[in-house]
Amino acid sequence: MVGQPPAGTILLETRGLSKYFGSLKANDGIGLVVRAGEIHAILGENGAGKSTLMKLLYGYYQPTEGEILVGGAPVAVHSPRRGRGLGIGMVFQNFTLIPAFRVWENVALFLESWGTDRRNLVDRIASLSQLYGLDVDPLAFVRDLPMGDRQKVEIVKILAAGARILIFDEPTSVLAPHETENLFRVFDRLRTEGYAVLFITHKMPEVLRSADRITVLRKGGISATLPRADADRNLLVKLLVGDQSPDWSDAGPRRRSSVRAGAPALEFVNVSCRTDDGRPGLQRVSLSIQPGEILGVAAVSGNGQEYLGDLVLGLRPAAEGSILLGGKDLASARPAEVLRRGVACLPEDPLRMGAVSGMTVRENLILGHQVSYWKAGGWSPDTKKLETDAESTLMTAFVQSPPSLDARAGNLSGGNLQRMVIARELGRNPGLMVSYYLTRGLDLSNAQAARDLVLSHAERSMAVLFVSEDLDELFALSDRLLVLHAGRVAGTFEPALTTPQAVGLLMTGAAHA
Amino acid sequence: MPEAQNRWFMGWGASIVSLVLSLASALVLFSVLLLTSGKNPLDTYASIFGSTLGNGFGFSEIFVKMIPLLFTALAVALPARLGLVNVGGEGQLQLGALAAAAAALAVGAGTPFWAGIPVTLVAGMIGGALWALVPALLRAKGWLNETISTLLLNYVAIRVVDYFVFGPLRDPSSSNVPQTTKFADGFLWPAFAGRIHIGIVFALAALLLFAVVINRTRWGYEIRAAGSNPLAALRHGLPVTAYILIILCAGGALAGLAGTGEIMAIQGRLRPGFSPSYGYLGFLIAWLAGHKPLRILFMGFLVALIATGGDSLQIDQGLPSSTVDILMALCLFMVLADAWRPDRLEVRVRSWLHRKNGAVS
Repeated sequence: MVGQPPAGTILLETRGLSKYFGSLKANDGIGLVVRAGEIHAILGENGAGKSTLMKLLYGYYQPTEGEILVGGAPVAVHSPRRGRGLGIGMVFQNFTLIPAFRVWENVALFLESWGTDRRNLVDRIASLSQLYGLDVDPLAFVRDLPMGDRQKVEIVKILAAGARILIFDEPTSVLAPHETENLFRVFDRLRTEGYAVLFITHKMPEVLRSADRITVLRKGGISATLPRADADRNLLVKLLVGDQSPDWSDAGPRRRSSVRAGAPALEFVNVSCRTDDGRPGLQRVSLSIQPGEILGVAAVSGNGQEYLGDLVLGLRPAAEGSILLGGKDLASARPAEVLRRGVACLPEDPLRMGAVSGMTVRENLILGHQVSYWKAGGWSPDTKKLETDAESTLMTAFVQSPPSLDARAGNLSGGNLQRMVIARELGRNPGLMVSYYLTRGLDLSNAQAARDLVLSHAERSMAVLFVSEDLDELFALSDRLLVLHAGRVAGTFEPALTTPQAVGLLMTGAAHA
Repeated sequence: MPEAQNRWFMGWGASIVSLVLSLASALVLFSVLLLTSGKNPLDTYASIFGSTLGNGFGFSEIFVKMIPLLFTALAVALPARLGLVNVGGEGQLQLGALAAAAAALAVGAGTPFWAGIPVTLVAGMIGGALWALVPALLRAKGWLNETISTLLLNYVAIRVVDYFVFGPLRDPSSSNVPQTTKFADGFLWPAFAGRIHIGIVFALAALLLFAVVINRTRWGYEIRAAGSNPLAALRHGLPVTAYILIILCAGGALAGLAGTGEIMAIQGRLRPGFSPSYGYLGFLIAWLAGHKPLRILFMGFLVALIATGGDSLQIDQGLPSSTVDILMALCLFMVLADAWRPDRLEVRVRSWLHRKNGAVS
């Protein structure tokens, strides 16, 4: 191992770094100092320029103006490979691993040269992973690893390549809560060893938990850089969104005024189903949602919540029990019919399940009810209707700066894609919305806008099956809370009459109701 | 960050530059091969292009070859928009020809052309579609990938045609040549301008229909959506399975028309080996063209040109006519490898400039 410079040494610096796309200033005069032995968080809303900055540092983009200094000397990072050579390593939001390969093979692929001694490389990975508390098995197949472990492989990969500055792009967006905590422990370890960690995020609690220094980006420029000790939640919010800061303090559990009496919008009666490989998925789950009611489903990922939506949408048959939609049995209804009956869905993975990446935003906005956009039996597109509807649908979920209708969905940022799908699904004024991870990937103001949008539809009698991993959000929005553990209902609660701690224990199976 | 960047490489001009560079590099690589076999590349290219572009008959022959090639290219391009890989154009072409021949022989002499030609069209389409039905069913059930099944059925199809031509459909009066009797006049596709025949009208109509359906209609929208993300399409109620069945069979029907045209306009009877791999060349065209209608027209012309010119290589240069297959393969590799894709070009120019300006490293 190369000896690390003493803590506090400046490893990387930018001066007046700017990147323009046409007239848009994605980054404007960024001056950033990254030191050894420091965890530096870059905090910003969607579109504040975080990703652009990281791509400039890694050599994916070239700056329009300004310079980058590594170890005090100005450098031209004209390609990611050059960035790697300078000791800059990047862990992307979507990992760049080959699932069919073993861990050590993935690492070998990434290195400029690793000799041919497999044993040697395997040992090196093992010792690196032990040193930094990564706990990675070099011989495991990547496809068998959960997301949290794959991320660790990415880290080992760039450490093995000799990176001194580690850049993380939204590292926690794919992680379960306990995996997030592990990642922060790895950060701590890297700090101790004199690495510089730069991580970009829009999640404030993570910044407050782990960063030593915080840089807040707003509209492409730096709104402030401050040490952790000087930062608190209110200050950061102010720096993030300027003066018109949203009402961050949650209003507490919401009133149940909108919940309508009468027949439930959705009812599960002792429903069981199987997973793809035939194991029990859900077991004798019963639930019901009234029109206007939000039923929160609290579950750690992999406890059967993904089957709730599949069952409602007719994508997976129930092995036993019955599902009633508006009082009528849903037995073996196909997806098209379920959608016609007023069901909308925000899936757990919008890019894979809810959007067509090769199509434009405009085309994506009509997916699922495209029939009404053609005349003459399907031969002639109703261009006028398409224009007006697309525009107005999109505006419901985009408070500001909506993407172009002609942009390809695959080019949208995660947050914008999420908002596009929300806009489409709610644009149909559904009677029932199955919502997975509503605010995943959304920044503060957009997350609030998404919650408000769902609440306003609920006021107008939409029923919501609201699946989330975020307990704060579940408590703030749900009329009732259902906890799912190992495919079974572990309990149902009024949010006002329980605590996040009690629900958390049930979710993890640490307690029984 | 902007969602769509307005950069120079997004334009039409850039993609044409990129295409020309790809094809030019294929020609350069092919020259190396020619040099190793002791030929002057310039003479060879003069022979290929001179015998086609510089010669009235050769020029018309390009269009004669283009007719089956457009059909077989569409037979690949249409399923490709749904995410299906139809390598079975050759087999579907064979079965289309067989069905058309059988229909023409069964309906018999005395049929007027206004009835005879539609009979050949319908029979040809049915024959091709039925040959695609088996892979379509296997794929729709999720049992077998269509790439493999369509490819392997090509070899079966050729044997099936052999069986009928050597057996039930054989012309009893030709004792030494296996072939059917000549079709009655009412079934033959009329030619104009040399050997260019009515099939060019059908092929262009099919191309236009393809363009309209894919780009303008609701079904085109649904096909593109299901092709790009089948899971999302399924979750939004699109009948993905039905589309797999219908579209793969429609592709088979189009390839069937290629075979029908060849025997009804060029051969006048069915005999084994009537298709010089039109099915595979159509595959080549469709992938070169990215399954886009206008590009299929252009690439169809180009491949037809090279194929026609290849025939003259044997005579002029003493090279095996299959030499041009290598040239076509090189074209395909260069275009698919996308080495000159405009954005990659930009990166290259950039890093070259950096090196040249002696950037600090």
